[in-house]
Amino acid sequence: MSNSDFDIKYVANLARIKLSSDQESRLGAQLGDILGYVKKLEQLDINNVEPMAHAVPLHNVMRTDEIQPSLTNEEALANAPKKGNGLFVVPKIVE
Amino acid sequence: MILHELTIAELTAKLASKEVSSREAMHSCLDRIDAVDDRINAFISIDREDALGQAEAADVVLGQGANQNDQPLLGVPISLKDIFCVKNQPANCASKILGDFRSPYDGTVVQKLKEAGAVVFGRVNMDEFAMGSSTENSAFGRTCNPWDLDRVPGGSSGGCAAAVVAQECFGSIGTDTGGSIRQPSALCGCVGIKPTYGRVSRFGVIAFASSLDQVGPMARNVRDTATLLGAIAGHDSKDSTSVPIEVPDYVGGLDVNLEGIKLGLPKEFLGAGIDPEVQSVFEAALKQYEALGAEIQEVSLPHTEYGVATYYILATAEASANLARFDGIRYGDRVEGNDPFSLYCNTRGKGFGDEVKRRIILGTYVLSSGYYDAYYIRAQKVRSLIKQDFDQALSKVDALITPTVPYTAFKAGEKTDDPLQMYLSDIFTISCNLTGTCGVSLPCGFTSNPKLPVGLQLLGKPFGEQELLKIAYAYEQSTPWHKERVKL
Amino acid sequence: MEYEAVIGLETHCQLKTKSKMFCGCANEFGADPNTNVCPVCLGMPGVLPVPNELALQLTALTGYLLNCEVPNFAKFDRKNYFYPDVCKDYQITQFDFPSTTTGYVDFEFGSKIERVRITRAHLEEDVGKNNHFDQHSGVDFNRAGVPLLEIVSEPDISSADMAYDYLNALKDILIYGGISDCDMEKGMVRCDVNISVRPKGATDLGTKIEIKNMNTFSGVRRAINYEVPRQIDTLESGGSLVQETRRWDDDAGITETMRSKEHAHDYRYFPEPDIMPLRPSEEWLAEVRSHIVELPLARKQRFIMDYSIPAQDAEVLVGNMPLGAFFEKAVDGSKNPKAVANWVINNLQARLVEAECTIDELKFGPEAIRELVEIIDCGAISNKGGQEVFNELFNNGGSPKDIVDARGLAQVSDSGELDKWCRDAIDTNPGPADDVRNGKENAINFLKGQVMKASRGKANPQIVGEKLLKLLKG
Ligand SMILES: [Mg+2]
Ligand SMILES: [Zn+2]
Repeated sequence: MSNSDFDIKYVANLARIKLSSDQESRLGAQLGDILGYVKKLEQLDINNVEPMAHAVPLHNVMRTDEIQPSLTNEEALANAPKKGNGLFVVPKIVE
Repeated sequence: MILHELTIAELTAKLASKEVSSREAMHSCLDRIDAVDDRINAFISIDREDALGQAEAADVVLGQGANQNDQPLLGVPISLKDIFCVKNQPANCASKILGDFRSPYDGTVVQKLKEAGAVVFGRVNMDEFAMGSSTENSAFGRTCNPWDLDRVPGGSSGGCAAAVVAQECFGSIGTDTGGSIRQPSALCGCVGIKPTYGRVSRFGVIAFASSLDQVGPMARNVRDTATLLGAIAGHDSKDSTSVPIEVPDYVGGLDVNLEGIKLGLPKEFLGAGIDPEVQSVFEAALKQYEALGAEIQEVSLPHTEYGVATYYILATAEASANLARFDGIRYGDRVEGNDPFSLYCNTRGKGFGDEVKRRIILGTYVLSSGYYDAYYIRAQKVRSLIKQDFDQALSKVDALITPTVPYTAFKAGEKTDDPLQMYLSDIFTISCNLTGTCGVSLPCGFTSNPKLPVGLQLLGKPFGEQELLKIAYAYEQSTPWHKERVKL
Repeated sequence: MEYEAVIGLETHCQLKTKSKMFCGCANEFGADPNTNVCPVCLGMPGVLPVPNELALQLTALTGYLLNCEVPNFAKFDRKNYFYPDVCKDYQITQFDFPSTTTGYVDFEFGSKIERVRITRAHLEEDVGKNNHFDQHSGVDFNRAGVPLLEIVSEPDISSADMAYDYLNALKDILIYGGISDCDMEKGMVRCDVNISVRPKGATDLGTKIEIKNMNTFSGVRRAINYEVPRQIDTLESGGSLVQETRRWDDDAGITETMRSKEHAHDYRYFPEPDIMPLRPSEEWLAEVRSHIVELPLARKQRFIMDYSIPAQDAEVLVGNMPLGAFFEKAVDGSKNPKAVANWVINNLQARLVEAECTIDELKFGPEAIRELVEIIDCGAISNKGGQEVFNELFNNGGSPKDIVDARGLAQVSDSGELDKWCRDAIDTNPGPADDVRNGKENAINFLKGQVMKASRGKANPQIVGEKLLKLLKG
């Protein structure tokens, strides 16, 4: 059972993952199988069931508005693949 | 004396009596790693200088008369899954994409281990970003099961389990999102606990699925596991999902008396799909529990068969967002592009392995416009049903008892081409993550040919770790399995 | 055909907190790039967000000030999109259960009070700032994670001027509530505009076009004034509009299609698993409500009614919140609110601007202005003397009465002394005295001047006039 709606090119693009055409067909088929499998959830009647987003029923977890030490610019950029003028350097952004 | 064979309890006693030093214990682990790890491949990297430095610092504190009553892990070498952030140390999550990243901060678990006196060393192997059940999905090569090098150690915390069982460390800290502590513990033959969600801080743990991930210890017996859990558990204001509940004395709560304990046997877990040898080892364990005074009764978890599907929707959805940050801008290996869009696609196309790609794409799809309700919301609702099953079953018994995995360690490569089959191997462990409850796996025997460990799983109530460890301990103390040592 | 514009605004404003939304880095403008950053707001592996309570309180307070509902359940969600200034490649925001919903803003527009309905005001995190260079761009994450309130209006706005007045009214409310400093130059307020046009009287909405990148309210006004005719022209010339996002180019004064939107956008919202839902308790909300302030419009109307001051004065006092608060204290118990308003607006405000200082730095309190007005009104000092008292108050502080005494500014109304000065003036100036006696009443001013000179300005001019007339004409 595979899922005909599943467009791997579109979704991989949304996820910003470049795939070779070989990967597209292999992963696409595997994902089709998996999506076919998860369709079994459609067998259940879920009317009147609340969705569960968290595993524990906590709420209102907050911190007080206090300043904590930040990193230095050097520490912040220590892992940057490309940096300059204290900034993280990226290819030109065109808006 | 072969130091690395000791349990944590034995080692701390010898450290306190000055019979051995922490430096000697650390050296012993490093020697053992040198001797066996080219076959096991449990460790990705080790900062030896840093490890010995920590051990020497522990020796200074020991020399001043401190002991494990002050710091329960004082001088004990403990390894870490490659998922924890340690200041100035690499953290790769067994992926290529992080490149030569070094964490600018210590995560809470690492801080707590250090406060408890542990010598925190090494980065142990795992499935990339904790996605997998075999530790084959690693950019640093697969880890081998110490009982049979052709077989997988389980995953994703396979490096932790293999390192503990191969006696390369005294204990290890892993994470469990769908069974990633319990399943490798079972396949390698050690003890591992997945605490209740919110029991151990996730701050400093590279996230896979935020609402399912939980940190837990792995060790050679229940007492050591309890000691480690006591050291890392507790509320953390840096983790909004951390629960402010007192940490009980897990070691103090260990007891061999099981009179009046009720264990629930979920009928949906039995029968089809379980390896017959695993089934008979498990049945012997049930008999042993009855002999110890526990009462076994059948319970029902009617939505068990939907666990894997629910899990793979929710976990991959959360992962697709959690792993978005690995984009080549602020850290990690960048593959350049003419604009940010192509930089992202190139970086992530090259940096992630196949399983990670599969799951990110699946998670992206189930959240995408037009599919969200059909997949994600539906899965969240089924999660509620599974939680209700557990609440009901656990209201009747003290813990549930199941095999951890329906089979023993499988051969490397056996399931790599069929991800769905790999996912189904988590069927017994996954519900515990969906419900946020706690679960422990401990050795309950071996198959005969080949000789491979079988794991027993106990699933407990929310924040019922103490009770769960007690039930595990009583069984362990009445059986020889935890004393079995692998020959390498 | 006649067309009408249908406009809705999304206004983002930075909240006035010490620290960021989910970490302890300073919420501060102008620091060196990437120095107010930590692992959390850089989206490093392994970090987790913990919400800032003050930001949540300010959001609820905004809800109350904008007449919104503050629901008893709210949550955070992840909005997924890849962009270099989004450190985690998702933004934490509120999607289907925001902290406030359905309110409205009333404001003066032209001669009427208009109402723009508020769909919601929700809390989210700001993103970093992209700097553009010739060959590349560079990202500064100091702004990333600053608490940001997104206030979404219903499409109730029909013109650029109305949008402009709505935004100013909104800004005044936020400043009044202590919610945001709304400093445009520091980028604390930013707007997106949704515009469509339709034949006048039609009920269906036209094609919605979103405009981004306006950093000033006047930019919003100009962008609308450009975009509405553009859309009408397109339709009139037989063309059609497509739903799109356009960018306002402030220098060129035009809107243009955004290129970065070429890649499909699908934000894949889902509940933020790292943050627990919010169920504000009654006590928590009561504490927030204790910070509710009078809204600027209501305040203006009250000033006009209670103090009988002109609308223009009331507007000045409401437009400058600290000045208005000072006025309210000064006017409390005064018999001449109009004079108090004059002193506050014409003298105090002018001197503050001149001296470049704030009202907090003043050396005297509001009661001094009330006292000053009283002293003048009872004739104890002249208006000129009042100026001198005010200058002394401003420069050195003190109380008006003490200053009057110390400087000998009190007017002399004692008849003995006045009598003598008046008789001297008549005796030494017989010419003008005769003029007055003969009916040239204007000549009295000369004699008055002589008396004032003799008294060194301290004589009460009104009494001097009366006395001279009495002496000359009996
Ligand atoms: Mg927004
Ligand atoms: Zn920060």
